[in-house]
Amino acid sequence: MRDHKLAGNPLLWFVAFLGVVILPWHVLEDGFSLARLVGIAAAKPDEASALAQAARFDRWWLWGPVIALALAFHAVFLTRSRATQGDALIVAGFAGLSLIGAQGWMIGARGWYYPLFEVVLGALPMGQYGIGIGGALAFLAFLLMLTNGLAARGAFGGDRFVASAVGVIAASILLFTIWPVATILGQAFQAPKGDTLAHALASRFMSARIWGIACLYSGAACGVAWNTLALATATATATTILGLCFALIVTRTSFPAKEWLRLLTVLPIITPPFVIGLGLILIFGRSGIINQAFSALFGVELGRWIYGFNGVWLAQVFSFTPTAFLVLIGIVQGISPSMEEAALTLHARPTRVFKAVTLPLMMPGLANAFLVVFVESLADFGNPIILGGSFGVLSTEIFFAVVGAQVDFGRAATLAFILLLFALAAFFIQRSVIGKRSYVSVTGKGDTGLQQGIPDWVRRLAYSIALPWALLTMTVYALALAGGFVKVWGRDWTPTFSHFGRAFAIDWGANGIVWAGGAWSSLFTTIKLAGIAAPLTAGIGLLAAWLLSRQRFAGRTALEFALMLSFCVPGTVIGVAYILTFNIPPVELTGTALILIICFVFRNMPVGVRSGMAAMSQLDKSLDEAAVTLRASTFRTLRVVVLPLLKPAIVTALVYSFVRAMTTVSAVIFLVSAQHEMATVFIINRVINGDYGLAIAYAAVLIVLMMAAVGLIQLAIGERRLGRRQDTAPGEVNRRSAGA
Amino acid sequence: MTGEKKQGAEVRLEGVAKRYGKVMAVKPLDLVVAPGSLVTLLGPSGCGKTTLLRMIAGLERVSEGRILIGGGDVTDLSAGERNVSMVFQSYALFPHMSVRENVAFGLVSEGMAKAQAHAKAEEAVATVGLAGLGDRLPSELSGGQQQRVAVARALVLEPDVLLFDEPLSNLDARLRRSMREEIRDLQKRLGVTVVYVTHDQSEALAVSDTIVVMNAAEIAQVGTPRELYEEPANVFVATFMGEANHVRGTIETVRDGMAQVRLDTALIEMPARELGEGPVDVVIRPEAVRLQPEDEANGLAATVLTATYMGAHAEYNLETPVGRLFAVAPEADALRKPGDRISLGFGRRGIMLVKP
Ligand SMILES: Nc1ncnc2c1ncn2[C@@H]1O[C@H](COP(=O)(O)OP(=O)(O)O)[C@@H](O)[C@H]1O
Ligand SMILES: [Mg+2]
Repeated sequence: MRDHKLAGNPLLWFVAFLGVVILPWHVLEDGFSLARLVGIAAAKPDEASALAQAARFDRWWLWGPVIALALAFHAVFLTRSRATQGDALIVAGFAGLSLIGAQGWMIGARGWYYPLFEVVLGALPMGQYGIGIGGALAFLAFLLMLTNGLAARGAFGGDRFVASAVGVIAASILLFTIWPVATILGQAFQAPKGDTLAHALASRFMSARIWGIACLYSGAACGVAWNTLALATATATATTILGLCFALIVTRTSFPAKEWLRLLTVLPIITPPFVIGLGLILIFGRSGIINQAFSALFGVELGRWIYGFNGVWLAQVFSFTPTAFLVLIGIVQGISPSMEEAALTLHARPTRVFKAVTLPLMMPGLANAFLVVFVESLADFGNPIILGGSFGVLSTEIFFAVVGAQVDFGRAATLAFILLLFALAAFFIQRSVIGKRSYVSVTGKGDTGLQQGIPDWVRRLAYSIALPWALLTMTVYALALAGGFVKVWGRDWTPTFSHFGRAFAIDWGANGIVWAGGAWSSLFTTIKLAGIAAPLTAGIGLLAAWLLSRQRFAGRTALEFALMLSFCVPGTVIGVAYILTFNIPPVELTGTALILIICFVFRNMPVGVRSGMAAMSQLDKSLDEAAVTLRASTFRTLRVVVLPLLKPAIVTALVYSFVRAMTTVSAVIFLVSAQHEMATVFIINRVINGDYGLAIAYAAVLIVLMMAAVGLIQLAIGERRLGRRQDTAPGEVNRRSAGA
Repeated sequence: MTGEKKQGAEVRLEGVAKRYGKVMAVKPLDLVVAPGSLVTLLGPSGCGKTTLLRMIAGLERVSEGRILIGGGDVTDLSAGERNVSMVFQSYALFPHMSVRENVAFGLVSEGMAKAQAHAKAEEAVATVGLAGLGDRLPSELSGGQQQRVAVARALVLEPDVLLFDEPLSNLDARLRRSMREEIRDLQKRLGVTVVYVTHDQSEALAVSDTIVVMNAAEIAQVGTPRELYEEPANVFVATFMGEANHVRGTIETVRDGMAQVRLDTALIEMPARELGEGPVDVVIRPEAVRLQPEDEANGLAATVLTATYMGAHAEYNLETPVGRLFAVAPEADALRKPGDRISLGFGRRGIMLVKP
């Protein structure tokens, strides 16, 4: 038997040592250089290591990490047995985390954060910046010491890798989702100076701009909360109906062009969200072709009806019908044909079968589709910002509270809080709907029945709703793209490539290539950040999926819940939360590329988790166990056994996180900075300035790029190799060894 | 895998128990598996066999108690840290690796160079009779061949203890019979300690040195196949180890360790097994029941309910004053008819007293 007592821990201690003693503890405000990394010898306190700051610059609160380092030394080098080392590691790790946390949360850039400490501990004449490389390394090292200690004491199945993975994932969710959201709450419930809390709350939460119902009885606008709910309800209803029609046509009729219908559903996924809005403007807008045609033919001005509720609703229905379709097609296919066949043999006529059997069986699925779209509509930012006009919804209102004429973070936080409540409510209703008996009856026994057709009138109804819509969708896309190739839509229809030229011109200067086009910088940033974020997202997501489906440990359900919850926090809420949280010490990230990457990773990770868990549930658990009994380390098991079998899920997670990072606007629009502009934000600014041609040219390039990237990812990951007789391979299929 | 005999290690469980929430999957139990022996865990579905095996493997942590392998305490060691290998019910062959890669997997895990590991794997593959199939994927093998690969993969690490969880349940009846003999052969040849889970009592009887019968998360009895069949500790073991009738009787007298047991009109002598006078449980194997003419003295009166011709033997359901009995008679030619009244005698072996 090998002795695993000490393996790895000395290295951890050395990392902590680097973080506390050598490297600069805080962020380097004057930029990064190799010489500045030797924080122990720094001349300025802000550039010194924790030990140096505590010993030489009187920053006594940084003795905390030093003490924890000493405790860790004892744990790693001076203990004898596995058990005592475990206990000592737990103490040292916990001390390190809490002392680092305490000093960070108590002392900000200008001394004490909270007046209470000043009263109790006296005035503090100095402050500190956010945590830098030293602090971050030390934090990580102490976290891993804590998890190693817990593993040595038998938690997490005694597995250090599992313990570390759970620790890192839980800590990062705490740091990058829960803490920012909690900060929003704090802001919303904090009175501005010179106001009482009750009054501030009343005026914020109860304002007519949020809850007003004036639109019901006068020409004035209603509150944004009602607008948001009305829009979400209308969008969800329409998309559910459309999605159902498409699902029925694809699964239950002999419609000849099914494959094209399916393609139509993939398109919106790789489209930046405002392309559809643009297409609508080009058709129905003031200078859109319909308006132009009407005024030319009849001399009638149709007006601005597309700007406002109508337009946003239309755009959202275009954008989210595919989502509803994807949810519903699973449901419609999942209904076991034998149920309908049974009804037929009981002499029910087709209409009765449809009404009494098929439709009720689909009810939970319909409810689910409705709620999924409802949440997406709540969170949508791209469509309302382009088409909303004076019609405000919560997500745009939050944006204007932060970037508008009067910046009011309290108000932004309040609105974000309300939006979050709506999203959470929908999320919980959805969970309880799905949690109830799902009627999808995929038995794995190879149902022998035939999918029954649907009654004629249902089929005709589905055709008459879905096909015109499909046509309209194609038109919108075609026109949206055509807009990139004419001079000025509506006024000067001369074909041109000038928009592409303005965006993507390349010159040859004295020093080689000059990226002269206006879009290059944001495009490079976008590709770079999406390229960095995608593997991180997929990696963390799949790791979390593996932990959740394969490991049993205390707090597993809590972790899963937190992950899924973080997915339903709307992007604008996250955006505001991030600026509020990461603009000040202890974690200063705003304006960096890092905050964008973090935002991508934690917004998109749940998809990796979901696809990973779905894939994992089809992999026999005894495969992992076999590897473990064959002496493979947990890490090797993951790398050599689990990952190769998860290739399809890896592709999904990579593609999704890459595409989302390229196309998202809502959270990102708060977080971009001059150095780190993203493509979507660049485009939306062009749209707001009325420069549609360039916006469209850019969007078209993005779509092509994403298709190429998707192809590349697929090529790079490759196929799973399972052999010819895939369907008969034991051990591969879900045959849990729990039998007799 | 060179065939020279290496003594396996002793496995010792002390007060081992497993709890899932409120469910006791395994109640505290003690068990010693002698080095180099093959011990089966036998019992009905859900009685905790797999859980117990997985605790020995280190795939499941014990809730209570200690596990010692070869004298060393392994309770806190993970599966990879114990010198134990396991053959899974589903084989758990890695579907994306060739047979050779599968078998070499453990060797590579232990840090052996790939070329050397593959050579050794090839040997192991030959040992289980699959020479030349090293390049195949598991999906390109039959069920029996997959089973052998799983065994080779476990054996190549030369473990102190080899664990099997219902290894034959995915094979057809004929293959099961030959595979179990092969496993037993291999175990004897290599001298490795084996713990083998099954719910099939004939499989257990065929391969075991010792059988541990489990019921409802507890050990019901430990013994050699013969002990369990002939001297079951209780009704459960008796009925689980082969067909058995269970009736109530009365001990009239006990002398020299032999009891006179009354079943209605019949008085039968059998070992007392430390039971005293009074009502008692009696187990009767079907082949111990002898069908006699009605007028035979000292017999148990019975009426034939059904009689089934089975080729080599005949099977009867009989109504008697102590309850229904199932009997197997060797002579199929003198078949009785339903409604026939007969008298029953009992052989020396195959009828015994048990604790309830
Ligand atoms: N992971 C688990 N969680 C809860 N109960 C379990 C778990 N695994 C097994 N059990 C329960 O423990 C008992 C014993 O299971 P098992 O050892 O698989 O039985 P066997 O292999 O003898 O059929 C069963 O009642 C089963 O339901
Ligand atoms: Mg079992």
